[in-house]
Amino acid sequence: MTHTLTVLVENTPGVLARVAGLFSRRGFNIDSLAVGRSEDPGVSRMTIVVEGDDQILEQVTKQLHKLVDVIKITDVSRDDFVDRELVMIKVKTETSTRAEIMQLVDIFRARIVDVGPKTLTIEVTGYESKINAFEKSLRPFGIMEMVRTGKVAMLRGFKSTTIDESQKKEDVY
Amino acid sequence: MMEVRGVKLSGAEILIKSLEAEDVDIIFGYPGGQVLPIYDALYDADIRHVLCRHEQGAAHAADGYARATGKPGVCLVTSGPGATNLVTGIANAHMDSVPMVAISGQVPQNLLGRDSFQEADITGITLPITKHNYLVKDLSELARVVKEAFYIATTGRPGPVLIDIPKDISVTLEEYEVPGGLHLPGYKPVSEGDPSQVMEAAKAIAGAERPLIYAGGGVVISGAHEELLRLAELLVAPVATTLMGLGGFPGDHPLSLGMLGMHGTKYANFAVCECDLLIAVGARFDDRVTGNVETFAPDARVIHIDIDPAEIGKNVRVDIPIVGDVKKVLKQLIDILQPRLGEAWQEKIQMWKKEYPIDFCDNGTLKPQAVIRDIYQLTGGNARITTEVGQHQMWTAQYYTFTKPRSFISSGGLGTMGYGMPAAIGVQAGCPDDIVFDIAGDGSIQMNIQELCTAVNYELPINVAIMDNGYLGMVRQWQELFYNRRYSQTELFNPDFVKLAEAYGAEGIRITKRSEVVPALELAIRSSKPVMLDFMVEREENVMPMVPPGESLNKMLG
Repeated sequence: MTHTLTVLVENTPGVLARVAGLFSRRGFNIDSLAVGRSEDPGVSRMTIVVEGDDQILEQVTKQLHKLVDVIKITDVSRDDFVDRELVMIKVKTETSTRAEIMQLVDIFRARIVDVGPKTLTIEVTGYESKINAFEKSLRPFGIMEMVRTGKVAMLRGFKSTTIDESQKKEDVY
Repeated sequence: MMEVRGVKLSGAEILIKSLEAEDVDIIFGYPGGQVLPIYDALYDADIRHVLCRHEQGAAHAADGYARATGKPGVCLVTSGPGATNLVTGIANAHMDSVPMVAISGQVPQNLLGRDSFQEADITGITLPITKHNYLVKDLSELARVVKEAFYIATTGRPGPVLIDIPKDISVTLEEYEVPGGLHLPGYKPVSEGDPSQVMEAAKAIAGAERPLIYAGGGVVISGAHEELLRLAELLVAPVATTLMGLGGFPGDHPLSLGMLGMHGTKYANFAVCECDLLIAVGARFDDRVTGNVETFAPDARVIHIDIDPAEIGKNVRVDIPIVGDVKKVLKQLIDILQPRLGEAWQEKIQMWKKEYPIDFCDNGTLKPQAVIRDIYQLTGGNARITTEVGQHQMWTAQYYTFTKPRSFISSGGLGTMGYGMPAAIGVQAGCPDDIVFDIAGDGSIQMNIQELCTAVNYELPINVAIMDNGYLGMVRQWQELFYNRRYSQTELFNPDFVKLAEAYGAEGIRITKRSEVVPALELAIRSSKPVMLDFMVEREENVMPMVPPGESLNKMLG
């Protein structure tokens, strides 16, 4: 079973190494990890997709919480959420195949971001099954290179994974 | 140092002021290139510095000091090899939850990442073995980082925190400002237990016929020994302690079962197998305690009280978890519990105690168990005992009856040979009026033998009692039992420990007969110098009882 975790971390050097290192040394598997600045410049938001049963997820969460730089963890997959991934695919083209590929781009609502004499570079976003289907349909033409950002996710509606006011203000000691 | 507004101080001076603000009165360390400015600032400070002979010794000394006094231990080393030599000491403190602040110098920031002379990525290296660590990149952060480091090291589940300070930070000048409140949104240790969980636990306890308390190092760390005693007496519940829990419950109390686990007492392990309620208090279900986890406490519901939520359900399924400071949770429990009578269970335990006492075949020869019992009797159980790792450590756990918290100081989780003597130095520095013994093996003692010089240098009258059997005894024991007596690389060629002690300026005594034991110990205790006692013990004595690795606790040998 996969879980999608949103993890808010302090934007400090080494925080990615701390999180990634924790996963490897405790033997947890990461399916994907995406990280970037959040709405608060001092805080980064990570979206981590982990494979594992509830017991593994509980350990992952508890161990992550032990990292001083980790502020908040939300398992968004327990709730209504949307997730997206951005993928860039460089596909080989011949004069004879170009039109067909462009048609596929239309069908999948992808975008062509670069045109070369013998290549097209296509950007597509969406949920996993759409991306997988798009990749499959391009495979016969010859995919030269593919890069995926890893999933990012958000809760639906008014709910969010931001830090509570209490967590922002609280000073200790 | 005077506090004058507007006066600029160097980073090194700010560090020292910050340490003074944390009431640091002793540092164990070793100077070097990148900490020269810090050592220069230390020259004028009111902080005592103990120069160890190896950085690993400094780390273990800081660790021993912390375990004996309850205050954070501080060590200070240079960059590169100085810092990497701390690694075992930091890992050791991390495994046993010891509050420690390790400070390392680092190459100046313009040389960072260039494989400069004596550069090592010590924050990267210590990532998995510290509670938290810092590379200070801006002098304005330094005072706050030091304050945070001490706060993190000493609160919640304690642990080591490392601060890496590039040399340019140490020499830059800035105005010193006392840091204000700490802002650590991701760090919130709990203290009280959830009242509804405490109530659940109380109900389970009231319904139990055969409760057993399994007490770990958390009892000692949180100072919950009095609460534990009250709880045990209230419930008439027997108490088995882990290695780290020794001293957390008086070993001479009728409810004490001594240690459980691989080399635990038979009655403690039988009690685990037959209890219907296991109350784990500040313990973490280590494999040396549980044996085969599938058959561990098979009939029992499990209450687990621990300050670290990640320990709950990590190794063993738990029925009633309570996250909180052990001392506070035990108080909460005691407040709502009714006394109970546990006569049938108590009778059964007393029967086991009578039938399977912890004992050895005393034939009058120089047995290590007898030596340790004599140390106990001569010190009235009032000494601070450190150990190395191996057979002597287990015999100490079995035959020295620990009655007071912080009297047994030993490397539990990591099992670090070479821990005992530097730890004893830290203990003696922190507790100058106490008798300190390092109970050692002839293998372990050679792993940090250089620290004997530190003890002599600083007139710390530690006593080192070597159970000298000319073997790496515990490994030999496993070879005897599981490898068909093929003693591969376990027979030791040793130096003359008496001459070695004398060369360092300590006293050395060799003991070859039982009749010599007590006089030698008396001499050592009276001596104002460090004394190394070389007990030429029975060579092939085994630690018994023993649960073979991975077996159930009731499958004990011996």
